[in-house]
Amino acid sequence: MNLGVLPRWLLLGEWRAHRLQGVVAVLAIMLGVALGFSVHLINTAAVSEFSAATKSLSGTSDLTLHAVQPAFDESLYPKVVQYDGVAQASPVLEIIAGVPAKSGETRNPVLKILGLDTFRAAAITPDLLGTPADDRLFDTLADDAIFLSPAAMEWLDVQEGDALQLNMGTKTVTLRVAGGLVRAHAGQRIAVMDIGAAQWHFDHIGLLSRIELKLHQGINHAAFKKVLGKELGSSYLLTESKDQDARVRNMSRAYRVNLNILALVALFTGAFLIFSGQVLSTIRRRPQFALLRVLGMTRHQLLRQLLLEGGLLGTVGSLLGVALGYLLAAMALHFYGADLGAGFFPELEPSLPFSPMATVLFCILGISVTVLGSLAPAWEAAHAHLAPALKSGSEYSALTALRFPRLAGLCLLVGVIFTQLPPVFELPVFGYLAIVLLLIGGMVALPSLSGLFFSALLRVIDTRKGILRTLILTRLSNASSLAAIALGGVLASFSLMVAMAIMVASFRLSVDNWLTQILPADLYLRTIARQDMRGFTPDEQQIIAAHPDIERIDFMRSIQIILDPARPAVTLIARPIDRHHPGNTLPIVQDALLPGDIPSDVIPIWVSEAMVDLYAFKPGEHVVLPFFDPSRQFVVAGVWRDYGRQFGAIQIQLSDYRKLTGDNHVSDAALWIKTGASTELTISALKNLPFGDMLEISRPNQIREIMLTLFDRSFAVTYLLELIAVGVGLLGVAASFSAQTLTRIKEFGMLRHIGLSRQQIHRMLMLEGGLLAGFGIAIGFIFGVGISLILIFVVNPQSFHWTMQLHIPWIWLLLMALAMLSTAALTALVASRHAVSGDVIRAVREDW
Amino acid sequence: MSHTPILELHEISKAYMNRQILSGLSYTLVAGEYVAIMGDSGVGKSTLLNLIAGLDIPDSGEIRVSGVGLSADDDMATGLRRKYLGFIFQAFHVLPHLTLLQNVSLPLLLNGLPLDRAPIMLAAVGLQGREQDFPYQLSGGELQRVAIARALVHRPRLILADEPTGNLDPDTAQEILQLIRAEIKANDASAIIVTHSHTAAATADKILMLNRYGLTSAIAGNPE
Repeated sequence: MNLGVLPRWLLLGEWRAHRLQGVVAVLAIMLGVALGFSVHLINTAAVSEFSAATKSLSGTSDLTLHAVQPAFDESLYPKVVQYDGVAQASPVLEIIAGVPAKSGETRNPVLKILGLDTFRAAAITPDLLGTPADDRLFDTLADDAIFLSPAAMEWLDVQEGDALQLNMGTKTVTLRVAGGLVRAHAGQRIAVMDIGAAQWHFDHIGLLSRIELKLHQGINHAAFKKVLGKELGSSYLLTESKDQDARVRNMSRAYRVNLNILALVALFTGAFLIFSGQVLSTIRRRPQFALLRVLGMTRHQLLRQLLLEGGLLGTVGSLLGVALGYLLAAMALHFYGADLGAGFFPELEPSLPFSPMATVLFCILGISVTVLGSLAPAWEAAHAHLAPALKSGSEYSALTALRFPRLAGLCLLVGVIFTQLPPVFELPVFGYLAIVLLLIGGMVALPSLSGLFFSALLRVIDTRKGILRTLILTRLSNASSLAAIALGGVLASFSLMVAMAIMVASFRLSVDNWLTQILPADLYLRTIARQDMRGFTPDEQQIIAAHPDIERIDFMRSIQIILDPARPAVTLIARPIDRHHPGNTLPIVQDALLPGDIPSDVIPIWVSEAMVDLYAFKPGEHVVLPFFDPSRQFVVAGVWRDYGRQFGAIQIQLSDYRKLTGDNHVSDAALWIKTGASTELTISALKNLPFGDMLEISRPNQIREIMLTLFDRSFAVTYLLELIAVGVGLLGVAASFSAQTLTRIKEFGMLRHIGLSRQQIHRMLMLEGGLLAGFGIAIGFIFGVGISLILIFVVNPQSFHWTMQLHIPWIWLLLMALAMLSTAALTALVASRHAVSGDVIRAVREDW
Repeated sequence: MSHTPILELHEISKAYMNRQILSGLSYTLVAGEYVAIMGDSGVGKSTLLNLIAGLDIPDSGEIRVSGVGLSADDDMATGLRRKYLGFIFQAFHVLPHLTLLQNVSLPLLLNGLPLDRAPIMLAAVGLQGREQDFPYQLSGGELQRVAIARALVHRPRLILADEPTGNLDPDTAQEILQLIRAEIKANDASAIIVTHSHTAAATADKILMLNRYGLTSAIAGNPE
């Protein structure tokens, strides 16, 4: 009848007496859940929004026909319209045009323009039809008219009737804003105009980007796709909306998963905090639990009581965590948008979704983590030998029961094995598990390691010279298990700090070196409209090359091609490459084939590391590129490092590209200035060319600066999440130090009785904290280096398909170690002040 | 006092770390009997008490409480302890974060009994009006009164007391001993008190000496 009363009394009694510990545990779980949940919400909102925006461009079409290259001949359209099974077909030309940069913008922004056949689009993508003014209904067909979505109008700060200047290569096009796209997806910046006008204005005469197809009812999509696909050949792709969805999700998946994992690290450190808090709390209450068992509480009841205690902390923490998570996500979306720094979701304004399933899942995750953290100490308390547990001083036997050196060895061994396993669904699942196992193994090994270390120190150091030295070293040596609990927080925090610092420093240095290697020229030239297809015409190329101060010029053509409909596009870069020494042009990472090894009828290509992982383009392998004539054979002549394009890039000789395609336009140029000539004068001469206003001229150090700023920005969220995880870890250190001093109040009382002053006890605890933290930092460094190796050589290559060189930032690590050491010593001092401030007489008299 | 056996010890042996503590010990305690056990330090008094309470398992022999044999099964031993036994310790062992009333109510809650006897017992040990006080507000003697009330509140058949006055001054100790005896008798319980103190032992009906030969009768206690 009174079964619920006792648990309630025990819970309330404990929380009343140790509010601070409860609050710290709730805070840790709250932060962990909030971070994980907010990152999840932001990512989900971004992906759904991006996916919805992409889908809105296809309207109600059943299939989308496009080529592997960005555009194809419009002569295909009439053939497709007449194809058996096709009910409606809508041709689309998609143009990326530059818009003038606003003040303060470093790069010229771009606008997506869709050229549509109004009559055809009405049946498939009615939401993309422009709304002209009542008195100008034929504007939808006018060759100077453009319709803008509300978001685009607001962004460009234009209204109906205004003129809008757009850039395409070196050409400027001025159009009239004829109306809006009232049913465009909210927040989407997009423009629509007549397809013929778009082809004419933007030099895409006779070209289409895709054809949206609506099939007759009852037609089997898969069968239709197969038949038409076979007829069209490998240069064309037929995709359903789910393929587009997959492509959108694949594009950012690795980044999102990495961010989620990083956010969950805070929850992991929170779980450890719960574990150490519960261990110390159960140790402190060990005689109380023994009494309850003596009075008739069963093991099961006691276990349930302790798990309930942890579970309730977890429930409160999780509920607060999801609320805070929503708040953080809403604030992040409002102030920074959905793009968490990596540039995957630019220009999106998603709304925050309410996801009951995710909310419940994150609550369960927080509660599970807390219950798991409470399990081992609760189990030990419930299974303690009662007679000794009733006496004080039995805590050491409790901690012995929590020593699992074999488990530590097993975790470390399995972790090492996991680093050798391949990715699962292109995600480094085993890499992440290896990190978790390494951390768990490290924590479990700590009591044994600290026992060994401090015992050795005790043997080496002469303890006869000082009472404090004797007290500190004998305790650390003989009660290493208790000491190791506080060490766990230091280990978790510092190893994560070290791992992230080494990984980011290695990555940054690798990117820096890579930039030096890929930017050998004095100047780089491109048109201000990025991603456009026009670039520089052959005449414009001649004009640039004719400048007398230019010693050498390398033109580059860069286009997006699709090799797999479920993956984002691959970048094809055509440029002059030193055939005999490709390493002079490209940052080669794997031995390249020499010209003598390449048959004369085979064209060499050099692929980025991502191509090897994603498309199995291995060096020496013969491959077919559907973009070119399918009968043409290509050989992978080498693999190069590319930090700029995560989804793969292929480089080909510009001469080979021109021969195969007849495309003489180029996108970029690298310029070497003659010795003695002035770079400044060359830049102003180029700016004075007839198309000079359309040129974006950069020095290598400017590009490098921009790239490194983008790098730092993309890691800003990473730093923030890491900082919070470290904060939670430090909270753990503070909580365990303070909980430990609570369990030792009687000891301090006894020391005061035998003549130690308060100051001596403070000094003792501070030195003890410092020594412990120093040891934890040393072990944390070793494990941190281990984790960083996994991040650098397993997680990064498997997630982002690039490798990097190891670089250890010693000075930065030393500074972090010093900061950690002082924080831990300070925490120990504060905790000691609290512990020694009580009544000395009562401290020794208390029987608990 | 009836002659119904409340505790039967039959050929109990126990060794710790290759040291034989108890060897073939047998004894029967009848209902209503109040026995004090004395002996040198380390002779096994507390070990015997732990074995009777089911906190430890004998290497050989059998223990029966109210006719029910104690076994190695923890749940069974816990159930037996909860229902039939009451404990008084030298170190009081009062839960610090519960009020006095809550502390005394613990055995009632664990046995699923109504809580109305808890304030009655507190009043019986002289702590009327202090129900909502916390243990830190009490003196040592008062804490032991709480422990006595808790030991008897659920009307156990057998009280086990381990040096109940070891932490108290002589005057308070005498007062507590009288209270223990009075309450045990008032509640019709049996009791075993383990002590070094002759004064404490003298309050029992019978004094037994524990030595390497087992339990032997010493002198009569306080047959009343």
